[in-house]
Amino acid sequence: MATQHSRSAAKLMISPAVLLLLGWMIIPLSLTLYFSFLRYNLLMPGTEEWTGFTNYRYFLTDPAFFAALWNTLLLVGGVLLITIVGGTLLALLLDQPFWGQGIVRVLVIAPFFVMPTVSALVWKNMFMNPVSGLFAYAAKAVGLQPFDFLAQAPLMSIILIVSWQWLPFATLILLTALQSLDSEQLEASEMDGANYPNRFVFIVLPHLARAITVVILIQTIFLLSIFAEILVTTNGGPGTASTNLTFLVYAQSLLQFDVGGGSAGGVVAIILANIVAIFLMRMIGKNLDA
Amino acid sequence: MTTTYRAFLGATALSIVASVASAETLTIATVNNGDMIRMQGLTADFTAQNPDIELEWVTLEENVLRQRVTTDIATSGGQYDVMTIGTYEVPIWAKQGWLVGLNDLPAEYDIDDLLPAIRGGLTVDGELYAAPFYGESSMVMYRKDLMAAAGLEMPEAPTWDFIGEAARAMTDKDNEIYGICLRGKAGWGENMAFLTATSNSFGARWFDENWNPQFDGEAWSNTLNFYIDLMNDAGPPGASSNGFNENLSLFQTGKCGMWIDATVAASFVTNPNDSQVADQVGFALAPDNGLGKRGNWLWAWSLAIPAGTQKADAAKKFVAWATSKEYLALVAENEGWANVPPGTRTSLYENPEYAQVPFARMTLDSINAADPTNPTVDPVPYVGVQFVAIPEFQGIATAVGQQFSAALAGQMSAEDALANAQALTLREMTKAGYIQ
Amino acid sequence: MARNVTTTRKATVTVVAWTIGIAIFFPILWTILTSFKTEAEAIASPPSFLIFDWTLENYATVQERSNYFRHFMNSVIISGGSTVLGLIIAIPAAWSMAFVPTKNTKNVLMWMLSTKMLPPVGVLIPIYLIFRDMGLLDTRTGLVIVLTLINLPIIIWMLYTYFREIPGEILEAARMDGATLRSEIIYVLTPMAVPGIASTLLLNIILAWNEAFWTLNLTAAKAAPLTAFIASYSSPEGLFYAKLSAASTMAIAPILIMGWFSQKQLVRGLTFGAVK
Repeated sequence: MATQHSRSAAKLMISPAVLLLLGWMIIPLSLTLYFSFLRYNLLMPGTEEWTGFTNYRYFLTDPAFFAALWNTLLLVGGVLLITIVGGTLLALLLDQPFWGQGIVRVLVIAPFFVMPTVSALVWKNMFMNPVSGLFAYAAKAVGLQPFDFLAQAPLMSIILIVSWQWLPFATLILLTALQSLDSEQLEASEMDGANYPNRFVFIVLPHLARAITVVILIQTIFLLSIFAEILVTTNGGPGTASTNLTFLVYAQSLLQFDVGGGSAGGVVAIILANIVAIFLMRMIGKNLDA
Repeated sequence: MTTTYRAFLGATALSIVASVASAETLTIATVNNGDMIRMQGLTADFTAQNPDIELEWVTLEENVLRQRVTTDIATSGGQYDVMTIGTYEVPIWAKQGWLVGLNDLPAEYDIDDLLPAIRGGLTVDGELYAAPFYGESSMVMYRKDLMAAAGLEMPEAPTWDFIGEAARAMTDKDNEIYGICLRGKAGWGENMAFLTATSNSFGARWFDENWNPQFDGEAWSNTLNFYIDLMNDAGPPGASSNGFNENLSLFQTGKCGMWIDATVAASFVTNPNDSQVADQVGFALAPDNGLGKRGNWLWAWSLAIPAGTQKADAAKKFVAWATSKEYLALVAENEGWANVPPGTRTSLYENPEYAQVPFARMTLDSINAADPTNPTVDPVPYVGVQFVAIPEFQGIATAVGQQFSAALAGQMSAEDALANAQALTLREMTKAGYIQ
Repeated sequence: MARNVTTTRKATVTVVAWTIGIAIFFPILWTILTSFKTEAEAIASPPSFLIFDWTLENYATVQERSNYFRHFMNSVIISGGSTVLGLIIAIPAAWSMAFVPTKNTKNVLMWMLSTKMLPPVGVLIPIYLIFRDMGLLDTRTGLVIVLTLINLPIIIWMLYTYFREIPGEILEAARMDGATLRSEIIYVLTPMAVPGIASTLLLNIILAWNEAFWTLNLTAAKAAPLTAFIASYSSPEGLFYAKLSAASTMAIAPILIMGWFSQKQLVRGLTFGAVK
């Protein structure tokens, strides 16, 4: 099928994308790499000097570094868990026939359309506020002490908010995968006596494998650099309980306009993210093949 | 309001039609505080006087704005012609030569009318680098009815011990009345602004003359422990994520006995449209411990012009207009004296009509009680009352703020928070080269 | 589906599905309701659900204070522009990777995805400097370029997985009938791939519409999209929840409406290998 003609045509067609992405990657990356070896503070221009690995040393020995690393993994893992399990359940539910399917689908998809800053603010002030939030109101109504979400369980609260934002995405992809499941296979196994859990595990789940892989890959990419939600709700605190790697880079660099330090942090973050990506591809990449 | 709106529309239409050939456009970056928004609504007055100048607004939240304008001015991005900055940025930027000097504003601007404390915070080497739009300090706002019910009377200049006693007396947690509401949210401009200013009154300082951090000293320990004990006994739940707005909501819905925060809050809490306790609010100076410094801060949002802009003349005209005596009168005429931007000019406080505003005098006294060049009991190598005017301060103070916020939330002891603060500040200052 | 679904079962599922749907949608509903309250009402506790003084003052204030229409147009141009540009670049690329795969294709794909791992915070200053030198600051062109580049990997990847589903024999048949490469793509591939392209297009518009880092940092007044519009209502001093709700409602309404009308397309296209 792949003739000589189409091979060279293919190379030609893929080249704009490759060239652009190459440029997008290399130019800022090399500048960032360059800056990371400088002592460069925006507020004191003209005093740049080569400092070798000093910025890296400071970033990696920051007491918050390991906490941020751990938080990042928890954040990504937590959201993935909730959205995939929740998304599967929701997809199963929405796949059943019922009245008003279209409307409920839109209701479920809606959170994905809201800007992250807005959803974070809404959750923080209208729901999680221990004095005037809805959760507090509900707790008081049944006689319980309101729970201070953002102070006592900051990372969990952020995981909750982000899961709410990404659940629609996971549900959508899993639902469409589900809807193309051949029902005859299911019916045949049912007539053979397989009960629901067995049918689910041995027929439905493998079919969903590819869709789940897609969800994991795309979401991981976005979840590794969650930033707006943390900035708006907890500012990384209390302490460093809700600081992830991206926020650490922000606090180190933008807040102090320390371009050198921030660049070093950025490079470290890229390396770590790529490690995660390679891991992921090793584990589930085979699901992508037809 | 509608008249202003219509006038604004009319003026805009007119200015677009009449000035297509020679229009100069000023891009103004500003904070979205109430006074700035009011200014945006009144620009018809400016464009009527200057039909060849058009205004474009970029309105953002304070921290985002600060990041944007700093990035822009440091890289000479040229995106803004007028920037709204504060007393923190002016000393740093003026040293870099990034700002246009404003000593040559016309005589009727009356530069000597500016309040000395504010003017001092915006002047470097004798040249004014930013025109103050509004100035603020901090003070105690309290509920007269709750104080009376507790059998206490608030003096004009209370001590911290009295505040502690009054707060605990007014607290009734079962009925959701909390004796005192204070900032707890982590951030250099959030809890650390309050705690730094408070620490001054406890005799503490951020750095000694050799830039060694002082968190391991007794004064800071007293400050932090007093704050945490007070909040545990008399503060609202969730205080560690409460900033200005959260405390404002609490106070306006009647849940706070006292609130120590920016003087500009006074106009919000006495506004019957928004506040349920508008007619029960009293004011007092920020407390002290008898050591010579009170716990109030000083801040002025000001308009500055980046050096190297092509539109310096037009920008100066705008800056002069927005901070002039005429502008104050314009606001008074349109919105009442209580909404005039406070804390910039002596003439405002000598005006008998303004004196009728309940918080006017206390605001002035608070501003005059703050001295950014000598903020602490012991000498220090920096300027700034609730901040330290060095570029590294934002990041350091936010990290320290997170430690203190965590201590308030009960996740670590005050001693650990102070030890962490000491360690990280020392690390950052060494990295930045202040400590050899 | 030949199964007979009992009405009881259908009713139960309906109740459960609607309850969950409303629960998930609730924060948005709450935001919309809050936009009609006064500021004092918005922070009142106990919170009022439907019984309060409905007012339009927030919308009036928002409309007076900022130019919704200009921000809206900027958002439309930026999202639409970056999507169209992205598709133009991505479709040929995805074609070549799906139909003329080499042993490097997988790696190239992974590499493209890895370019998305660049944390924007770390590269802000370099990009800012480059844009300043190229005069792209505060221009819609500049934003279109950035948004295209950051979303290109996702577009290519989604199209790639979709194209893999299309049987190559149809394309070969067209080629053997004498179609050139260009007409093969335009007249044979694209019509078959419409659902996949449509859903990729919609996903990208949503991602570009909500992108809040580059749009805030690279614009000032002229090219600011709705994300900046919303950001201007988040104030640390003074009550703002009702106004923010009004601004948010105005910002998400267009995309919510678009989502409503296009959800069938969105659903149809995202099959990811389940169409046989």
